[in-house]
Amino acid sequence: MKKTILIVDDDMDYLFQLRLKVEKFGFEVVTADSQREGEKVIESLKPDLAIFDLMMENEDSGFILSYKIKKKYPDVPVILATAVTSETGLSFDLSDDSNRSWIKADLVLDKGIRADQLEKEIKKLLKL
Amino acid sequence: MATLKILVVDDEPGIRAGVDRILRNFKVDFPFMDELYDFSVLEAGTGEQGIEIIESDKPDIVLLDNKLPGIQGVEVLEYVRSKKYDIVVVMITSYASLELAVKATHDGAYDFIPKPFTPQELKSSLENITKQLYLKRMTRKMKNEGKQVRFQFLSVLSHELKAPLNAVEGYLGIMKERQLGPNFDDYNEIIDRSLKRLQGMRNLILDLLDLTKIESGKASQKVENCDLVAIARNSIDIMMPYAIQKDVEISLNAPEKLMKYADPDEMEIIFNNLISNAIKYNKDRGTVEIDLYEDNNNKKTTICVSDTGIGIKDEDKSLLFADFVRIKTAETKNIAGSGLGLSIVKKIVELNKGEISVGSVPDKGSVFTVILPDKFPSANE
Repeated sequence: MKKTILIVDDDMDYLFQLRLKVEKFGFEVVTADSQREGEKVIESLKPDLAIFDLMMENEDSGFILSYKIKKKYPDVPVILATAVTSETGLSFDLSDDSNRSWIKADLVLDKGIRADQLEKEIKKLLKL
Repeated sequence: MATLKILVVDDEPGIRAGVDRILRNFKVDFPFMDELYDFSVLEAGTGEQGIEIIESDKPDIVLLDNKLPGIQGVEVLEYVRSKKYDIVVVMITSYASLELAVKATHDGAYDFIPKPFTPQELKSSLENITKQLYLKRMTRKMKNEGKQVRFQFLSVLSHELKAPLNAVEGYLGIMKERQLGPNFDDYNEIIDRSLKRLQGMRNLILDLLDLTKIESGKASQKVENCDLVAIARNSIDIMMPYAIQKDVEISLNAPEKLMKYADPDEMEIIFNNLISNAIKYNKDRGTVEIDLYEDNNNKKTTICVSDTGIGIKDEDKSLLFADFVRIKTAETKNIAGSGLGLSIVKKIVELNKGEISVGSVPDKGSVFTVILPDKFPSANE
């Protein structure tokens, strides 16, 4: 059976492009275009992996969604995809223990990541 | 209520107890401070003990006797200064020699209280000190907050600029790899989306230029006697293609002419933003009405732009005028915008000492009202 990946992003173009990529990797994709919609989806669906944008309605929507999904399904791996990186001065790194304690995501990725790298990271998290 | 810690360094127990008694129920309040201040008193009988307490309790104020059994008061003062602590030191001296006063002031003492002092003398000195401390701390806080706001603006800005770049780049990648198959027509939609995102980015950059112009301040205002009605008509002309596309009708109620001393570029930005919003967030076959008039009595100018659009919920109204805020609802989600338009309008209006307000009923429409004073900008006065 195909694994299901939940993608939440408020940028409809990025959502479309990411869906295309992830479907090409051979996964089932469910999407939501806001933190609020994402929360609704989580209530009734347990994906095999989730990819969240960081800034949506709130500047920290991605963190909130990560926290909520991990609370409900602790075993679902979470990727935070963000355009917010070191160049904006807002950087965070999951290898840092103090960050790990409050960022409930397994991986933080830059939105500009290449498709093959993304595929590798997803498969690693799904232990495929 | 906030509490300031006062350390009394004096070898006479009577003085220490006296200060404690005087300050026990003493509170300082100024109209501009957002809270009352009271005091908690710490005591030290020697300079050495005083330094220990300075290290462990970090008092806000030190009342310091100069004549002490061990090290002298001025040495404690020197210590505080060498450590660059944010502590106000007041010398209490029984014989205030000029020489000592000069040295202590040079070393950063804020005030002198002669000994013996009356409760009133101590209280009035502390009132001044509290005021000074409060203002100093507020200034520092506001500086930090200013930096914080700037930083937030830049990080959101870079996010807003990168998002369309990523989107277009992504679409070009899809085209390059022919991911949607060999049929060129299948790519029409993503080409349209790419063009839309580029247009959005162009608008953002134009808005940013407006914003920079405003933020660089009044120096760049070019004030002249201009006709607001002509500027309004020009804006309507600019927006007309957009209105036709959305099937929205625009009407203007204004006198023949309305002459004002103002920066015409700024006035145009106000009209452009309010009118384009009124079209953008309207319904198909809706209307936009622009009322422009001058009050006969106080010569205030009112610009009123009303639409028959989707409206704004009460709880969203307060957010509306901030940088990069876009109210996200099912209706606005497919409408492009930089999130800067209204914040720019507000900045211009404030720069001209005017007011902007919004009234709205969800699903019925919104009214934006700008009131500009008789003489503006104020730089002209």
